[in-house]
Amino acid sequence: MSAENKTADNIHNRKIVINPGRLFSSPGNVLTAVILAMGLFITVMRFTKGLGGVTNLDDNYPWGIWISFDLLCGVVLAAGGYATTSAYYLFGLKSFNTAVRPAVTSAFLGYAFVVFALHYDVGQPWRLVYPIFYSPGATSVLYEVGLCVFLYVSVLAVEWSVAAFEWLGWKSIRAVIVRLTIPLTVLGVILSTMHQSSLGALYLIAPSKMHPLWYSSFIPVFFFISSMFAGMSMVIFEGALAHKGLHAEMDEHHLRDADKVVLGFGKAASIVMMGYFFIKLFGLAMDNNWKYLASGYGLWYLVEIFGFVLLPSFMYAIGAREKKTGLIRLAACITVIGVVVNRFNVSLVAFNWQLPPAEKYFPHWMEIGLSIFVVTLIVTAYRVICYYMPVLREHPDYEAH
Amino acid sequence: MKRRTFLSFLGVSGVAAVLPTEGKAAPVKDFAGHPDAVGVLHDSVRCIGCRKCEAGCQRANNLPMPAQFKKPAKPFDDLSELDKKRRTHFQQYTVVNKYESSKGKTVFKKFQCNHCQEPACASACFVKAFVKTKEGPVIYKPNLCVGCRYCMIACPFYVPTYDYDSALNPLVYKCTMCYDTRLKKGLLPGCVEICPKDALTFGKRSDLIKVARKRIMDNPGLYVDEIYGETEMGGANWLYISPVAHKELDQPELGKTSAPELTSGALGSVAMVAGIWPVLLGGAYFISKRREKQAAEERDAAVRAAVAETREEAETRLNTALDKAAKEKDAEVAREVKKTREETAREIEAKYNPPEPEPEEADAETEKNTEEDA
Amino acid sequence: MDNVFYSLHDFMVCTKSLTYILMGLGVLGLLGYWIFLTGRDDNIRKF
Repeated sequence: MSAENKTADNIHNRKIVINPGRLFSSPGNVLTAVILAMGLFITVMRFTKGLGGVTNLDDNYPWGIWISFDLLCGVVLAAGGYATTSAYYLFGLKSFNTAVRPAVTSAFLGYAFVVFALHYDVGQPWRLVYPIFYSPGATSVLYEVGLCVFLYVSVLAVEWSVAAFEWLGWKSIRAVIVRLTIPLTVLGVILSTMHQSSLGALYLIAPSKMHPLWYSSFIPVFFFISSMFAGMSMVIFEGALAHKGLHAEMDEHHLRDADKVVLGFGKAASIVMMGYFFIKLFGLAMDNNWKYLASGYGLWYLVEIFGFVLLPSFMYAIGAREKKTGLIRLAACITVIGVVVNRFNVSLVAFNWQLPPAEKYFPHWMEIGLSIFVVTLIVTAYRVICYYMPVLREHPDYEAH
Repeated sequence: MKRRTFLSFLGVSGVAAVLPTEGKAAPVKDFAGHPDAVGVLHDSVRCIGCRKCEAGCQRANNLPMPAQFKKPAKPFDDLSELDKKRRTHFQQYTVVNKYESSKGKTVFKKFQCNHCQEPACASACFVKAFVKTKEGPVIYKPNLCVGCRYCMIACPFYVPTYDYDSALNPLVYKCTMCYDTRLKKGLLPGCVEICPKDALTFGKRSDLIKVARKRIMDNPGLYVDEIYGETEMGGANWLYISPVAHKELDQPELGKTSAPELTSGALGSVAMVAGIWPVLLGGAYFISKRREKQAAEERDAAVRAAVAETREEAETRLNTALDKAAKEKDAEVAREVKKTREETAREIEAKYNPPEPEPEEADAETEKNTEEDA
Repeated sequence: MDNVFYSLHDFMVCTKSLTYILMGLGVLGLLGYWIFLTGRDDNIRKF
């Protein structure tokens, strides 16, 4: 075994090689290069022309897609981290073993790039340390979000670092961190519950600006529960993508267990989504909002609930019962789109619904461009990490976690 | 702290922990705002829409001519501006808008920060950049602001504005009631001083409410019997009385619940999660580890039992076989013995009684004699 | 604790700041307590 590790082309000990020539070696790489260049351009514009030069934000719409997509969707879709680690480490569901490292990696990258994207959205990003270290505004839900995200990114970094240390061969540090697994996992679930729900709670402060179908004192609960099945669906979705694009990095164990993960999360997501459907229904009943269903907004609300929650819940159920992993993967796609639709509905459709159409917001191309840039950075970072580090495979020197 | 105070504090916090919202233990009316806080009363019966208050505000705050919508600004005496519905802007802290009411009247309303008793902007700000002063005005601290713009989401009146075109020092801008520039020097706010029609009245909020009520009572039918800002979102320090329903003047219809009250439930739940989740999750981990251990123990016990059973079975079979073998051996020994005896007897017989070649009867007799002898 | 709060906002600035600090201490305290409680469950006795 040890003789194998010392050979130069051992996949577990790859050394970093930067080869600029590879930048244009494939259509995928060319596209990535173009997007990175666009991102650099938007960055320069943002910090020379201000937000006005790169966004269509105004005084009525202080938050646009950088909040709706990069922050709200970015955080909810990274929920696979806490869902998978809690399933495996806390609830003892051993079939999710191979899903833990990929989920933690994508959650870490997701949150890290949420913080990165936030540096573009706030007016004075160099002051982002103020609420945590200088002048905390503890009455603010946004303070809670910021503090939690800050702490959780740290937790994820430590959880992810085990893979990095295995690649580097730093055994003693790795051993110390592995002992922290359970407390870190528990802390991760606590922090996730808090900030996932608080992102919804942000909108509690402005009832007069929100359409009644999406405003409820239970928004925090809705956001938290939907983060559970959003995370599980992303694990399934990203697993399917990794199978296509990163197949070479996967070992026997990962390939063999992939379907177990899909079936397990499919079944779990199905029941959570059914529960979510019911709590949305109870919310409607408690606020007596039935009359709003008979309107354009009402129709769109029903599309969100029936098309993007109930339908994929059934698809997941049938897929789990009949062991049809293809159906489950399709349900995962619809669910992920549905959660994005929900976050956009709350933050851009229900918010300011009463403003006249002429005053409504539509993103600037540079806002869209930056979001694409951020997603590209995440995907690229993920590919690089999976190439070098034992995320989609196990490192032979260490016992399986 | 005295023991009784400490115990009652515990009791209150215990009760507060059970209730879903924090403020419930001490309802909003217990927080009546600072008794000496000042405010302004705007009277839409007296307001003629001359826009001099806008000019006064500009001067008092050293603001340039506002360039809203990226067009060159029109001077303040250009009343055609009133035909547009304008909102505040980072270079214009107050605007007067014109409304054609249902009663056929043309009514004007001055719009600026309402300096709320429980400001949503202050509640929302995660760096405490908004402060409700004890004097009354809500002021902004530009050196703290990170530019998250959550205050703009929170304000139900759409008051705060942002300087989106500044790359290095973008800030939030709004009316300050001339706190630093004039109130501290004992002067009236810029808009109040310049108003030619006394449509703006400055004074203690509690006094202004009495003034407004008196004005309404003294002029029956002239005013709608409602002071806008008295209770909206916990009450404001800028109050409005009007000849027509306030919602016709684009005053948002708001409940009494203040911003801090709206969010206190969610913030409280966060604290509950921090205390309860570790217990539940630790419990789940413990239970799953226990199940694993028990399953492992059961497996071991089953294996041991199976091994023991097999061994027992094997032993039984062995014993049975041994017994059987022993029995068979005995029987065989007995048979051999019998055979040997018979053989020996025959040999002896043959030796001492050799067979005679006699007739059959004699043979039969001999056999009979031999049998008798054996 | 003895000064009067004139607004719910002022009240909450004070109480929430304290609550966050207590939450941090609480999570750490619970972890420590957990370790104490389950200290003898493993084969290796540390205390």
